[in-house]
Amino acid sequence: MIQAILVFNNHGKPRLVRFYQRFPEEIQQQIVRETFHLVLKRDDNICNFLEGGSLIGGADYKLIYRHYATLYFVFCVDSSESELGILDLIQVFVETLDKCFENVCELDLIFHMDKVCPLLEQGSWKTEFRTCQATCVHYILQEVVMGGMVLETNMNEIVAQIEAQNRLEKSEGGLSAAPARAVSAVKNINLPEIPRNINIGDLNIKVPNLSQFV
Amino acid sequence: MALKMVKGSIDRMFDKNLQDLVRGIRNHKEDEAKYISQCIDEIKQELKQDNIAVKANAVCKLTYLQMLGYDISWAAFNIIEVMSASKFTFKRVGYLAASQCFHEGTDVIMLTTNQIRKDLSSPSQYDTGVALTGLSCFVTPDLARDLANDIMTLMSHTKPYIRKKAVLIMYKVFLKYPESLRPAFPRLKEKLEDPDPGVQSAAVNVICELARRNPKNYLSLAPLFFKLMTSSTNNWVLIKIIKLFGALTPLEPRLGKKLIEPLTNLIHSTSAMSLLYECVNTVIAVLISLSSGMPNHSASIQLCVQKLRILIEDSDQNLKYLGLLAMSKILKTHPKSVQSHKDLILQCLDDKDESIRLRALDLLYGMVSKKNLMEIVKKLMTHVDKAEGTTYRDELLTKIIDICSQSNYQHITNFEWYISILVELTRLEGTRHGHLIAAQMLDVAIRVKAIRKFAVSQMSALLDSAHLVASSTQRNGICEVLYAAAWICGEFSEHLQGPQQTLEAMLRPKVTTLPGHIQAVYVQNVVKLYASILQQKEQAADTEAAQEVTQLLVERLPQFVQSADLEVQERASCILQLVKHVQKLQAKGVPVAEEVSALFAGELNPVAPKAQKKVPVPEGLDLDAWINEPPSDSESEDEKPKAIFHEEEPRHTRRRQPEEDEEELARRREARKQEQANNPFYIKSSPSPQKRYQDTPGVEHIPVVQIDLSVPLKVPGMPMSDQYVKLEEQRRHRQRMEKDKKRKKKEKGKRRHSSLPTESDEDIAPAQRVDIVTEEMPENALPSDEDDKDPNDPYRALDIDLDKPLADSEKLPVQKHRNAEAVKSPEKESVPTVEKKSKKPKKKEKKPKEREREKKKDKKGEDLDFWLSTTPPPAAVPVPAPSTEELAVSTVTLAKDESEGLRREELEDEDNTDHDQERKSSRHKKKKHRKEKEERPRDKKKAKRKQAAPLENGAAEEEEPIPPMSSYCLLAENSYIKVTYDIQASLQKDSQVTVSVILENQSNSFLKNMELNVLDSLNTKMARPEGSSVHDGVPVPFQLPPGVSNEAQFVFTIQSIVMAQKLKGTLSFIAKDDEGATHEKLDFRLHFSCSSYLITTPCYSDAFAKLLESGDLSMNSIKVDGISMSFQNLLAKICFHHHFSVVERVDSCASMYSRSIQGHHVCLLVKKGESSVSVDGKCSDATLLSSLLEEMKTTLAQC
Repeated sequence: MIQAILVFNNHGKPRLVRFYQRFPEEIQQQIVRETFHLVLKRDDNICNFLEGGSLIGGADYKLIYRHYATLYFVFCVDSSESELGILDLIQVFVETLDKCFENVCELDLIFHMDKVCPLLEQGSWKTEFRTCQATCVHYILQEVVMGGMVLETNMNEIVAQIEAQNRLEKSEGGLSAAPARAVSAVKNINLPEIPRNINIGDLNIKVPNLSQFV
Repeated sequence: MALKMVKGSIDRMFDKNLQDLVRGIRNHKEDEAKYISQCIDEIKQELKQDNIAVKANAVCKLTYLQMLGYDISWAAFNIIEVMSASKFTFKRVGYLAASQCFHEGTDVIMLTTNQIRKDLSSPSQYDTGVALTGLSCFVTPDLARDLANDIMTLMSHTKPYIRKKAVLIMYKVFLKYPESLRPAFPRLKEKLEDPDPGVQSAAVNVICELARRNPKNYLSLAPLFFKLMTSSTNNWVLIKIIKLFGALTPLEPRLGKKLIEPLTNLIHSTSAMSLLYECVNTVIAVLISLSSGMPNHSASIQLCVQKLRILIEDSDQNLKYLGLLAMSKILKTHPKSVQSHKDLILQCLDDKDESIRLRALDLLYGMVSKKNLMEIVKKLMTHVDKAEGTTYRDELLTKIIDICSQSNYQHITNFEWYISILVELTRLEGTRHGHLIAAQMLDVAIRVKAIRKFAVSQMSALLDSAHLVASSTQRNGICEVLYAAAWICGEFSEHLQGPQQTLEAMLRPKVTTLPGHIQAVYVQNVVKLYASILQQKEQAADTEAAQEVTQLLVERLPQFVQSADLEVQERASCILQLVKHVQKLQAKGVPVAEEVSALFAGELNPVAPKAQKKVPVPEGLDLDAWINEPPSDSESEDEKPKAIFHEEEPRHTRRRQPEEDEEELARRREARKQEQANNPFYIKSSPSPQKRYQDTPGVEHIPVVQIDLSVPLKVPGMPMSDQYVKLEEQRRHRQRMEKDKKRKKKEKGKRRHSSLPTESDEDIAPAQRVDIVTEEMPENALPSDEDDKDPNDPYRALDIDLDKPLADSEKLPVQKHRNAEAVKSPEKESVPTVEKKSKKPKKKEKKPKEREREKKKDKKGEDLDFWLSTTPPPAAVPVPAPSTEELAVSTVTLAKDESEGLRREELEDEDNTDHDQERKSSRHKKKKHRKEKEERPRDKKKAKRKQAAPLENGAAEEEEPIPPMSSYCLLAENSYIKVTYDIQASLQKDSQVTVSVILENQSNSFLKNMELNVLDSLNTKMARPEGSSVHDGVPVPFQLPPGVSNEAQFVFTIQSIVMAQKLKGTLSFIAKDDEGATHEKLDFRLHFSCSSYLITTPCYSDAFAKLLESGDLSMNSIKVDGISMSFQNLLAKICFHHHFSVVERVDSCASMYSRSIQGHHVCLLVKKGESSVSVDGKCSDATLLSSLLEEMKTTLAQC
């Protein structure tokens, strides 16, 4: 079982935090911090396994990580997982990210060391689909690992599923379209505030479909 | 103008999507928290809107904030709203947020059940997929129970994408709802052979995860996995399977034999390092499980070690690390093959990678021998000096101690060396392990008698320089060694050279800055020292010096009396008074030394840590028995005499223990294991105290060599351990020379027992005459070292036998409409009673079916046996595992044949009996006897069956007439009327019973206006006509002429049926005769026994067995003596009075079943002895059971 998957940059800023066991948010942050400090100390040319110890779970758990340029990918796993297998899995995950985001961000550094774009330092995830970027990584992860267990290791299969879902989302207009519609909807929804102030009472004003008029 | 601004800000506010939020946070680096709280306020506004798109956007931003550490559980309800959006885009956002922040404590989670169910059955595979993914993160026991059936259906979905997700999530469902494992397992097993590799991999994943926790239940799957292993090309699946085999082999060594060949082939053929590594690992596991039995596996071991060496030598640090890890596993069983790679491992100690150094350290532990111990420890000591960071240094320190102390100091030849190593370790700055060093010092000083003199001299030096030890490092525990030092100096003060000096060192004012428990030891041992000094002085007749010492104590002890530590204070003041008394005596010239040292006479022996626990309980002592009469508590009905509980007791007590949380327990368990592994006291291989060293000629005279002055002595008077290495070499050299001379004498020199003697080790004799005193154990100590399994382990619930066929009662709960459920019909209700599948008439069906099950199980075992016993086919062609259907078919026919055969035999048998009766020929009898004998081993059950055909549902054998029985019992009686009653329950109404009252007019009067009234209790109420109050009686709807009887019925409602009840009541009536009418009253007590709430329900033996297996019934039993009635009638009586039905009867033993109106199952096992009857009961409610048994006891007592 995989207990947690953490992705953070060289400054310890979390980019993806996924726990498969419940920890309160402050503990999660603490674990991210401690893991960051553990990993940061280690040179790039030493082994990628760390005995997790007290951090999560106890002696049965290991931290297995990979460092790609500005990003650390850390998996916390128990003894039922093969160490080298997980290293491969991280590679699969990272390559999938790369495929899905095409030419972007921190990951660019890994595969195209030559063209370092300045935006990378700020660590933003630009995507070809203008949806919520941070959550996108989650969606991709969900196709690789589910509930702490490895779901799929075949990269083509993963990419195919992601793309199918993104097409579906696009056909629905996507989430990015939401704010524009939201503005109009909200403007109208805000209207009842006025009548309410003068106590007209139960005037139930609902303007659900107004957006189509804007 | 203002309006414009407002409008503008609104626009901006709602324009903000996640991207803007991320950018905004980055632009507000200096006041991030403020900015985010502002954003959260905005989000709260957005969540109030009706527009789902706005909400989804808000939830999306929340998900991001959650990652940054903000609690978003307050938005749980909004998240659910977004989850239930119809668009996939929003749904996905909702489920993601839920998977990030929902957990078992989220209260709104129960609102999601229907939404998730809807999504699971959505026509869009991605809706289903998103729901499954989300659910996998926040499934709760309730959700698991409610959705298990839906998910199981999805395991056969047409889309592999859904199938694999459904398969994976089943593991989470099993964890939360273990009851689902058995019903779902067959399908899960099917998925192992799914055409889609992803689904197959998921199924392998789930089964491996299950099997890892409870491997024995999955042994029967070994052939299937074997097939997969030889056919699959997916490395990921292969790794999982190979890992699983690693877990299975310890349970079944034959499996290991079968595995070796294909695994070796894989090792040779694969190019994937991950697969290679796992193969090596599993081969190691196989070799460990076979370690004794198989002679020629040295090739396999060599192969493994050789491959591992390649890994360790690899430049990839990961491979190096894993190689060392696997090496340490081999080390446990095949230390020799690893020892030859010592060079490599020592090399790893210098690695820059800490993880690798730690692994190498682990390996060293197993590699030391007498020969190389000093060398290795010397190397480690240099690492200690070099090590940066206290964690690694502490690790080194513990490893050094572990290595030296392992197996009762087996590898130490020179304890002086060891003591000086320990003393050197005390100079480590900032170590946390002072107590560990202290414990070693104490242990060695106590157990190795010969070393005491040396130890004492070292310890007194340590005490002398205590300021060095304690000054800078007091807070981090190294001062613990002073505890040991003080104790050793005190206890073995006879070895001290300058006792007076040590005494003064222990009484320095500085000592009062030490921790309390150390001061306490100081104070105590000061007296021991004092006693021995007194003795010395008095023997030397130096009274003045003796008085001086006393004076010193009187002066210095008060500083301890003022201590804030209670222990120190108490000891000090006691001792001060004692010393003052001694002073007085000394002044009078009375010799006191004898008496003072008498205080500390006798030697302290080490006691084994478990000694107390192992003291056997003397015969005839029952620790559970009451010392006094148990307090009689007549009011509470469930309080039973102690004896009844004897089987239940342990569980009860365990439950009463304060609940520890899981992690804490696991941590402690781990710590305990660690401790046991490290502590030499635990290794009790041979507790004989006669293990001692014999003289080895020439050893006593250790040559005194010049101290090598190039090594600066940090603490004056303390020898460096390095010297010993040189000394040792010289000594060994001398030894060799001498040995050559005295070959013959060597025969006599006995060595210390060692478990792993190597040829060269034996030649090295220890430098001191070492006498390892073993710890004391009580006589005839109990050898068992049972390690209780942790009852709170969540995986224990999944320890379920999967080979048994499913019972109807094990079906997964299916969603039903409330309304439908509310109307209960008796046929529908029968959960364990009727096996709906059965088509044949029950009597024929029942027996063979049961046997079939048994057979099937046997068969399965045999099948595995067969698979395991056959030699692996060449070229690793897998033996096709018979599918379950085939198996079932064959066993069914088998069972049929057998039952037919059985019937024939029975007929024959009957014939025989007839013949016997006719002819009474002894020869015939003999023959029959023999025949029976032959039969018995073949099928014991058969024989049993013949002896007593099972009796079903109270159908009587015609051997004895059953006495007439009436269920009506007397309620009350007077000269006018006799009232009897019976209570009937019905399945339709789970909280109502009908009381039938027979009223019999015994007088010559005419009885009329009869009214029955009962004083309702909270639990039991009489149903009265509408509009009447609780004080009104219910009229009896008839009148009674003289001599006539009639029956009236009254309905009572009952809430709880687990206890018997008595209701007080009155029957009032008017008796009219010729002389006039009188108003009469008759008081009664209506007894609602628990038996009256039971309804005779038939039950088949297999359903009955299932019910008992479920394990959630509580158990109780009674025994009644002095019973003369036949068993047959006894059963009839129980059936009649207590509404039971006989499930099965064999000889004088019967199982019975009944069911309460509220659905409690009650199972009984009634056994008849000579003149006693014992009844064991199991019931879903403990109180109900005990009440029932109590009633049964009364019934039986009348038999």
